[in-house]
Amino acid sequence: MDSEDDFMSGLSSDDDMLDDQSDNDDESVAEFGIDESDPELDFSHKKDTKKKKTSFEINFKVYKPEDIQRQQDDLIDEVNMILDIRKEDAAILLRHFRWNKERLIEDYMDRPKKVLEAAGLGPSTTGPPKLEVVPDFMCDICCEDEPGLKSFAMKCGHRFCASCYNQYLVQKIKEEGEAARIQCPADGCNRIIDAKSLDLLVAADLQQRYHELLTRTYVEDKEHLKWCPAPDCPNAIECGIKKKDLIRVVPTVACGCDYKFCFGCILADHQPAPCELVKRWLKKCADDSETANWISAHTKECPKCNSTIEKNGGCNHMTCRKCKHEFCWMCMGLWSEHGTSWYNCNRFEEKSSSDARDAQTKSRVSLQRYLHYYNRYANHEQSAKLDKDIFIKTEKKMVQLQSASGMSWIEVQYLNAASHALQECRQTLKWTYAFAFYLARNNMTEMFEDNQKDLEMAVEALSEMFEKNVNELSEPKLKVDIMDKTSYCSKRRDKILEHTAENLANGGWSWSVDF
Amino acid sequence: MASSQKRITKEYAEVTANPPAGIHVSLVDESNVHNWNVILDGPEGSPYAGGKFTLLLVLPSDYPFKPPKINFKTRIWHPNVTFDEHGSMCIGILKPEAWKPSSKILSVLTATQNLLVEPVPDDAVESSAAEKFKNDRPAFDKEAREYTKKYAK
Repeated sequence: MDSEDDFMSGLSSDDDMLDDQSDNDDESVAEFGIDESDPELDFSHKKDTKKKKTSFEINFKVYKPEDIQRQQDDLIDEVNMILDIRKEDAAILLRHFRWNKERLIEDYMDRPKKVLEAAGLGPSTTGPPKLEVVPDFMCDICCEDEPGLKSFAMKCGHRFCASCYNQYLVQKIKEEGEAARIQCPADGCNRIIDAKSLDLLVAADLQQRYHELLTRTYVEDKEHLKWCPAPDCPNAIECGIKKKDLIRVVPTVACGCDYKFCFGCILADHQPAPCELVKRWLKKCADDSETANWISAHTKECPKCNSTIEKNGGCNHMTCRKCKHEFCWMCMGLWSEHGTSWYNCNRFEEKSSSDARDAQTKSRVSLQRYLHYYNRYANHEQSAKLDKDIFIKTEKKMVQLQSASGMSWIEVQYLNAASHALQECRQTLKWTYAFAFYLARNNMTEMFEDNQKDLEMAVEALSEMFEKNVNELSEPKLKVDIMDKTSYCSKRRDKILEHTAENLANGGWSWSVDF
Repeated sequence: MASSQKRITKEYAEVTANPPAGIHVSLVDESNVHNWNVILDGPEGSPYAGGKFTLLLVLPSDYPFKPPKINFKTRIWHPNVTFDEHGSMCIGILKPEAWKPSSKILSVLTATQNLLVEPVPDDAVESSAAEKFKNDRPAFDKEAREYTKKYAK
């Protein structure tokens, strides 16, 4: 249970920390700032530097491309010194062992020849790679044999002209996106091209691409590293959460680019719902996407009072249960105008149709339950999508406010904070509905729903204040109200996330399905 | 591309000067070295014996960096060749990750010949043929022989 200790040690987080979430946010941002500019990034000691704040936060680190490069270089240097082999070879070996340095060193100590062979680094002589002019040389690829033709061979001795070698590498890197496992062009030779040889043979832009691809394999090969999925973000995140932990923790991480995502499944932040629940919920939503169609095909609104009515028998004579309005299912017109000539309700009394009615009622209930949660989930998702607009509007408002009321930049930042809190809370609210869908009914679920209701009411209230025009916003009282509400929203969000995270960690939730 | 021209010409000269047993190559059009006509004798000991199979071998403009394409023009009932007008073949050496610029057309031709002797049912593209090959060898041989007679006499 070491992993539990790992992410639960923040359980005792002091309350005053939680009292001002916006402060917390600033703090974490500042911390990332320090991380990024820290020249001495090191896996081991860094992990301990960030303190955990709440039960739903986990430890992680953000790495910029240069950090990732440095980590690789450090590992390569280490292997280069310990095993006394060329750096290029150390790099190839490390990639071959998926950056598991310990296993590489152990295996290499045992059977150096076999390890080199398997990594595509057969028997070698020394000397840096260079282009050569060899007498009586004919390139086996293009069959050119003119005197003075420059050629290259790796340690395996398979010699090809420089231009064929170049074309081969260009194709591998550019078209196939290959880097760590490019073999010698000779038929049947599995020797891997090393970075130094490659740099000799291709132009600078391709060298850069090659190194980018190599870096990518480093992150992809490491279990604790993942790329930030935000478009164009070059950062990677390190987090110690393992796959088996994912049922008890929701590892939300925040990249330096501000994007928040789940380290477990790379989807956007889905706290408080664990990955498995999210997967199921999304699948259900995808599978049931026809549900809405079904409802629109099988239900209609009463033409008088607008209650939703599901047609549960063959009869077209509808009587609204709520307002007793009688109408025709087919044309939605008044029933009294139809008379009884073409209307036949015999089928309605048959056993099969009454069974069908029961079944429909049942599915209607589970459907209604699903839709209850889905509609709220989708509503918050929709609002989350509008976040960008809201944010742009906010920025505009802040500028207007500065000129209209003479407030300083710093004095209008409360709107920014409110916008940020709104976005965050809606994201959380959205997933609380998926979470609640799978909960069995008990006291804890009720507590959860109370928390959910509190958060939702606070969010809607803040959202309303936020929509006010600039004149009203500049009133000092509203400013204070917005600031209070912002901090209250964040507090409510912490509350529900703590409650869910703590009980997730100790298996306290009872589910209506098995996870 | 000049380099590919020289290489192909050389390979063509080698294959025609010293043709492997049961394989005959010619150019579809004398002015274009990229399209080869291949006539393959059904190997002895296989159900294809006695048949003559025509194949079209096309060398892409970036040959030898990209593998050649080869298709059966004569219909053949075989686990690794589609039983249709395309006659597409699944063969390891032509897979992009296995092909090396120094791989030769000759090895493609001999690999094709080998494939007729030893089908690879696990890489099948024609599942009914593969199933019969695995489960009822005599029935497979019989059917393949019949199709050979019908299409490749």
